[in-house]
Amino acid sequence: MALPELEPGVLPPGAERLRGEVRDFLATTDFEPRCDSWLTGTDPEFSRALGARGWLGMTLPEEYGGHGRSPLERFVVIEELLAIGAPVGAHWIADRQMGPSVLANGTEEQKRRFLPAIARGECFFAIGMSEPDSGSDLASVRTRAERGADGRWRLTGTKVWTSGAHIAHAMVVLARSTPGATRHEGLSQFIVELPADGVTIRPIPGLSGEHHFNEVVFDGAPAELLGAEGDGWRQVTAELAYERSGPERFLSTFALVRLLCSLSPGVASGRLLGRLWALRQASLAVAGALAEGRTPDLEAAMVKDLGTRFEREVIDVARDQLAVEPDPTSPDQAARLLAQAVVQSPGFTLRGGTNEILRTIIARGLGVR
Amino acid sequence: MELLEETAHAVFAEDDPWAALLETGLTGVGVPEDAGGSGGDLADVGVLLRVQGYHGAAVPLAETILAGRLLAATVHTVPPGALTVVPGRFARRIPWASEAYRLVVLHRGRAAIVDPQDVQILPGTNVAGEPRDDVTVASDQAAVECPVSAEQVMLRGALFRAVQMSGAMRRVLDRSVQYAGEREQFGRPIGRFQAVQQQLAELAAEVTVADVAVKAALRVPDDEFAVGAAKLNASRAAGAVADLAHQVHGAIGVTSEHPLGALTKRLWAWREEFGGEVYWARRLGELGRMPWNAVSRTEGEPATVTW
Ligand SMILES: Cc1cc2nc3c(=O)[nH]c(=O)nc-3n(C[C@H](O)[C@H](O)[C@H](O)COP(=O)(O)OP(=O)(O)OC[C@H]3O[C@@H](n4cnc5c(N)ncnc54)[C@H](O)[C@@H]3O)c2cc1C
Repeated sequence: MALPELEPGVLPPGAERLRGEVRDFLATTDFEPRCDSWLTGTDPEFSRALGARGWLGMTLPEEYGGHGRSPLERFVVIEELLAIGAPVGAHWIADRQMGPSVLANGTEEQKRRFLPAIARGECFFAIGMSEPDSGSDLASVRTRAERGADGRWRLTGTKVWTSGAHIAHAMVVLARSTPGATRHEGLSQFIVELPADGVTIRPIPGLSGEHHFNEVVFDGAPAELLGAEGDGWRQVTAELAYERSGPERFLSTFALVRLLCSLSPGVASGRLLGRLWALRQASLAVAGALAEGRTPDLEAAMVKDLGTRFEREVIDVARDQLAVEPDPTSPDQAARLLAQAVVQSPGFTLRGGTNEILRTIIARGLGVR
Repeated sequence: MELLEETAHAVFAEDDPWAALLETGLTGVGVPEDAGGSGGDLADVGVLLRVQGYHGAAVPLAETILAGRLLAATVHTVPPGALTVVPGRFARRIPWASEAYRLVVLHRGRAAIVDPQDVQILPGTNVAGEPRDDVTVASDQAAVECPVSAEQVMLRGALFRAVQMSGAMRRVLDRSVQYAGEREQFGRPIGRFQAVQQQLAELAAEVTVADVAVKAALRVPDDEFAVGAAKLNASRAAGAVADLAHQVHGAIGVTSEHPLGALTKRLWAWREEFGGEVYWARRLGELGRMPWNAVSRTEGEPATVTW
């Protein structure tokens, strides 16, 4: 039996110079470092500044406003941004998965319309997968897509937990385009530009009252097909390999690690660093495999399972070592970071597919079912 | 490299793998030919030790190669047979000392090749039954200047143990997946139960991450942070992997005839040797005050491999 195995990822020549450029930029840019900055740190101006430097849409071809860089160069840029806790939430989904997805599945016109804007940091995306009755069982989504006499698609249904829909310029929606078809068949992906008639976006306040999630209701909203009709399940699954193995799956609480290593360096901080180094190597290896055109789905799921649990382990070590109570309004940075981390931590092992679902996928890949 | 891997698997399948290793010259892999070795680099050593770990073989292979490389860098000649490094005149838990052909004693920047008959040995064993002996060496050994320090031996030993553990963990995974497909309870293979699937998935994740981390460390064998982190992570993973595999195997796995034990006992022993988690965590904590520079390995010049 060929069980999954990874070879170490190797950063391309020039990667360290690029890293230096990112560090210089971060050293001269003003922002408050935070935990979970890729989901809850939103700053459109910061996103545009990254776009101006060529650090968004890096892997997209130049003809679509991208920069023709390798996924491993992008890896270097995003790990630097995440490690410092920079506010990258606004553009995260557009840069990580919608750029590659539109490039892979979109029409020429869609590529010209969306990709240059994504690369400039002027087009943010939201993901409409989950619904009130479809979470882990994503293939059961009920949002309907119907084609009218004019040939145009219209969506009806409700999406929930839609991160950043309230600031997004567009949303990708998984919907059922063939009535009566079951499960994985008859699903298609659609793009809805926001705001739009027939789309109502309502906040769902998060644990600390913050506005990050939304409920998005479609009531005959006009939508355009992304990719082939009926190919939605395959397209969504392909996106997930990008979604699951990146450094955001083990660096969400790195701001706390940084603090620990300066305030209380020792065995406890060293333990975290050793684990982190190993997880980063695994993530880099998955990125290398993706760059070679392979689809290391199982390995990506493994990185996410162990990485997200590591993010939570950091919180407990910080609690042990820093002797500070979590307080989102404290003048003490440690108290603020801990508060951000604690409140976001349940989401670490839910978003992007729960860890239980990931393990189910891994087990199937191992041949046990 | 693939040929080496194939040969190694064949050798470890033999009844007396140590004799076969000596005969095929595999005990000299990673030791230059002009020093009496079989040539090859640390990547080849990595392949070989990973296969040894996979088979859970009780042989002083890592120790012999470690001592051989040290001697090659020092006196350019390596005695035949089992060797082990003794990093000091009063050294504790030295692997295979009582069964070695020669000891390589390091003391104050000098190295001596010593017959085990000429030292005092207080025998001990690890949980896998391999000799781990306390050694006291008299002060009158003829010694030559040695470019390799005791700390460097520790680092290289940690790398070798991490590689061996990665091989043993792979085998534990293979065996557990296979067993879950064969063992039936409640009228179906236990691998059908989601609780068992979740354990196998976690096992696979730990093994996969530990494995690629060790491979990455092998490419920078003198980078203390990388090697220390790979050993720390492998040691941490070893505990989880052994627990999960035994849980999946049930009682059959804790019998002395069952092959799982040969692997898990080595994992429990090896995770402590050449620095367990606390030893390396303390080092990484010291080295990692600029944690992101440390983790992304973007500080200073990369270390060059000298031995
Ligand atoms: C911070 C955050 C941001 C998010 N952002 C978005 C977004 O932008 N867009 C979007 O579409 N979605 C988003 N989600 C939703 C996310 O994708 C879902 O939470 C996730 O898929 C799980 O669905 P659920 O919450 O309905 O839980 P459920 O599927 O109801 O699961 C509840 C529990 O049951 C377990 N469970 C369910 N089925 C199984 C099974 N077969 N075997 C074993 N255990 C099972 C789960 O693991 C979980 O522990 C976000 C979620 C979070 C927390």
